[in-house]
Amino acid sequence: MSQPIHGPHAHSNQRMPLMMLQVLLALTPATLYGFWLYGWPAFNLWLICLLSALGWEALFLKFFSKNVPRHLLDGSALVTGWLLALCLPPWAPWWLAVVGTFLAVAMIKQIFGGLGQNVFNPAMAARVMLLIAFPVEMTQWIAPEAVQLDRPDFVAGLGQTFGSLSLLDAYTGATLLDEVKNQQSLGAALPDILQAQQYNMAATLLGQHAGSTGESTALLLLLGGLFLLFRGVITWQAPVGLLLGLGVPALLMNLWQPESYPGLAFHLFTGGAMLAAWFIVTDPVTGPTTATGRLVFGLGCGLLAWLVRTWGSYPEGIAFAVMLMNSATPVLDRYFKPRIYGRTSSGAPLPATGKTSGDAS
Amino acid sequence: MIQQTISRPFHGGIHPPEHKHLSNQAPLRTAPLPEEVVLSLVQHAGRIAEPIVQVGDRVQTGQLLAGCQSGTGACIHASISGEVIAIEPRPMAHPSGLTAPSIVIRSDGQDSRWPWPTLPDWQQASDQQLLAQLEHAGLVGLGGATFPTWIKLEGARKHGIRTLIINAAECEPYITADDLLMRSRPEALLEGIALLERLLQPEQLLLGIEDNKPEALQAIAQAIAGHALESRLKACVLPTRYPSGGEKQLIQLLTGQEVPSGKLPIDLGILCQNVGTLVALRDAVVLGQPLIERVVTLTGQAVRNPGNWLVRLGTPISQLLQLAEADPEQAERLIVGGPMMGFNLDSDQYHVTKGMNCLLLTTAEELPLPGPEQPCIRCGRCEDACPVRLLPQQLYFYAAGGAFDKAEQQQLADCIECGACAWVCPSEIPLVQYYRHAKDQLIRKRADARKADLAKLRFEARKARLEREEQEKETKRRARAEAAAKMAAAKRAASETAENPTPAPATAAATTTATPAPAAENTASAPPTAAAASGSLDDKQLKQLKIARAAAAVAVKKAEKTLANLHTTPDATPEQIQEQQQRVEAAQQQLARAEQRLQDAEQADAATSQEPDR
Repeated sequence: MSQPIHGPHAHSNQRMPLMMLQVLLALTPATLYGFWLYGWPAFNLWLICLLSALGWEALFLKFFSKNVPRHLLDGSALVTGWLLALCLPPWAPWWLAVVGTFLAVAMIKQIFGGLGQNVFNPAMAARVMLLIAFPVEMTQWIAPEAVQLDRPDFVAGLGQTFGSLSLLDAYTGATLLDEVKNQQSLGAALPDILQAQQYNMAATLLGQHAGSTGESTALLLLLGGLFLLFRGVITWQAPVGLLLGLGVPALLMNLWQPESYPGLAFHLFTGGAMLAAWFIVTDPVTGPTTATGRLVFGLGCGLLAWLVRTWGSYPEGIAFAVMLMNSATPVLDRYFKPRIYGRTSSGAPLPATGKTSGDAS
Repeated sequence: MIQQTISRPFHGGIHPPEHKHLSNQAPLRTAPLPEEVVLSLVQHAGRIAEPIVQVGDRVQTGQLLAGCQSGTGACIHASISGEVIAIEPRPMAHPSGLTAPSIVIRSDGQDSRWPWPTLPDWQQASDQQLLAQLEHAGLVGLGGATFPTWIKLEGARKHGIRTLIINAAECEPYITADDLLMRSRPEALLEGIALLERLLQPEQLLLGIEDNKPEALQAIAQAIAGHALESRLKACVLPTRYPSGGEKQLIQLLTGQEVPSGKLPIDLGILCQNVGTLVALRDAVVLGQPLIERVVTLTGQAVRNPGNWLVRLGTPISQLLQLAEADPEQAERLIVGGPMMGFNLDSDQYHVTKGMNCLLLTTAEELPLPGPEQPCIRCGRCEDACPVRLLPQQLYFYAAGGAFDKAEQQQLADCIECGACAWVCPSEIPLVQYYRHAKDQLIRKRADARKADLAKLRFEARKARLEREEQEKETKRRARAEAAAKMAAAKRAASETAENPTPAPATAAATTTATPAPAAENTASAPPTAAAASGSLDDKQLKQLKIARAAAAVAVKKAEKTLANLHTTPDATPEQIQEQQQRVEAAQQQLARAEQRLQDAEQADAATSQEPDR
């Protein structure tokens, strides 16, 4: 590109591929831990997700006559594929990953106009579509303690992923959220369910309950999120909003009726809460652009997720909540605008004193 | 001196690498006299100065070369002594790459001075004496805006100010011209401040300086000991954050006030002056030296001897680059000003102007060329960085999509083009370029609309005139025909009654019917009764009056619009506004007259048309 005539000539070194790279870096510890928890099939699934995401991205970039190498290497398809891998049951078959990345990359992103144009978070929208289309495959969870007792070797892992072997029966388990929802609907009391599941905070933090790769390790996801926050890749508003939106109603209802409503820690450290807080609602494309908007967006996601978890028919509501709030993003952008310098919040010039009533500093 | 650390932030801002150490290590040096200077006649914001010398004239340093009789502008003075060898258009150091009329002087090597009066003991002088000294000193804002200081001063004296802000923030990376000036001439700066204090009588004096210039602050603190300003001047130390030196941001930092949109700092009783301007102002009064030199920072990793030089205006840039030992192998970009708001030059064949605070010669590694523009991912970093709290990405969508009206509604005009948004943009979108384009399109659109209004007005006036002429012709023709008919009738009558010798009354009747008709057709002066009286021509008459009324209504609207535009134009003078108001009133009177005429004609018409029914 030629030299610009007018400034700015300088640029910060924070460019998009670097941002995406840092996101991948932040996901790495949780992902590696997930591999350790769930063995080779989880790794296979992750790799298939990445490769198929890149493949679909390249194909559709070509299809829409865009510059393939330039856009393929911006890292966004890698992030989408990786996030989707963390949202699937760890031992899901290969075709679920390929269909999932097709939905995420091609249907949700490229058809809407490519990077920056999609309305819905690709990973979340793909997860929801898969859940509705393939309810059985999307709810076959693996108990980590069973994997640790008897690890399938690499060949067996390939067999599981590509469907020549079925190891599922020996390892299957239910997620905490599943168990709570099912048992409560049968009339069991919450403390009994949790006791039966050997629920304790340390176990959830360390991912000792069944779930997707990204659901299992709240602690490492939190660390990754804090790294991104520290690096300035994400801002605090959306994550804090989600944690508050989910945590505050959980806390209040738990205080009111502890035997019916799970508490704060249960909601924050199980399911996709941590993954969503740090890696999903912080997606710039599908969230509001202003700071206040992002906070409201996060709060909405948290609250909706809690509502679905508590009264909905699905055990986990994060993906639904994110999609609903994604569609509210243009409204949030419209109503949460900052007050412009020298103008009132309605946009009229300030009075001649130059003082603003709301901002007396 | 009172010192205060300001922790109150303005919204957004960025902290790019400062690179100030490159040029702030060496002391302030004086550049050798140039052999030849090229003085552009547009070194300031405003009108082109008018030359008062001719080719071949011998001039002395400081002699007035060109002045501004009216409007916004600043005088230009000879920066060396010698002979005027040309007055012609020369390329000017400006992003447009256009030429500007310039005066070229070849040095005689003497540097003999034009005898300006000096006022070393200005404390005893009257305000009038001081102002006279400043009026033709050619001072402009040396921070880069180059607005004529004299006009700013006049406004401040008329309006009265409460706060004088001395802008020593120098927030752009690389530039250290103000820093070195403060370090080497703190007494001159204080004298300049004292001078302005004397002329403007502000309640408080605030000096805003970023915390990356401790040496300059130290120099001022030492110089002020025992000075009259010691208890008056408050130095406010700001955290280093671009663009804290932007006028609006500095006012917000120092006073907590925001300049209302469309207003000037002076409306808040605030005047901002850059330190360089204050020193030049002091030199103009005390030494009788008009603005003929300034401090220029020569820096960048492609010069081996960076630093600050006191440079005569009009000095060739190539000579300065030699001084700084530029490395042509390494050099990639030559930038006037800083890396954030400066502009690029395509060669070194330009000359120093009043606003040129820095010449930045960079290597390819130092300021890499921008990568390809990626799609916007709506990350909102630009909004977090915008010191005006605009929505840069919204503005970008509108500007890129050609929806300039919408960009205007999102207050594009409030953008100060600081470039913070583009600096942080992870997609490397050249946002400022988009905004400048959109602003340009909006200006063009307004100009086109004005032109279209004028054309409409002209068209309607022409149509009215043609119709009027047509009618006049028609009336004349009819009158002639009638007269001819009557003549013929009279002749016939005469021939029939050949023995009757009295044809005179018939001709008399013909002339009397013919004469009043053209007068009645003249809408501008015709009394309505005459129009009504002219019988068969009523319809045309009414139509014509209606056209006249419509034209008058358009004229009123047009005049009102121009007036409204003047009210929002910052540099409209009160005289212009008053003149336009008078025009509006005149147009309104014209409209009232036209309406009255039409009404009368309509009533008369109604009266005549009802007559037969009765």
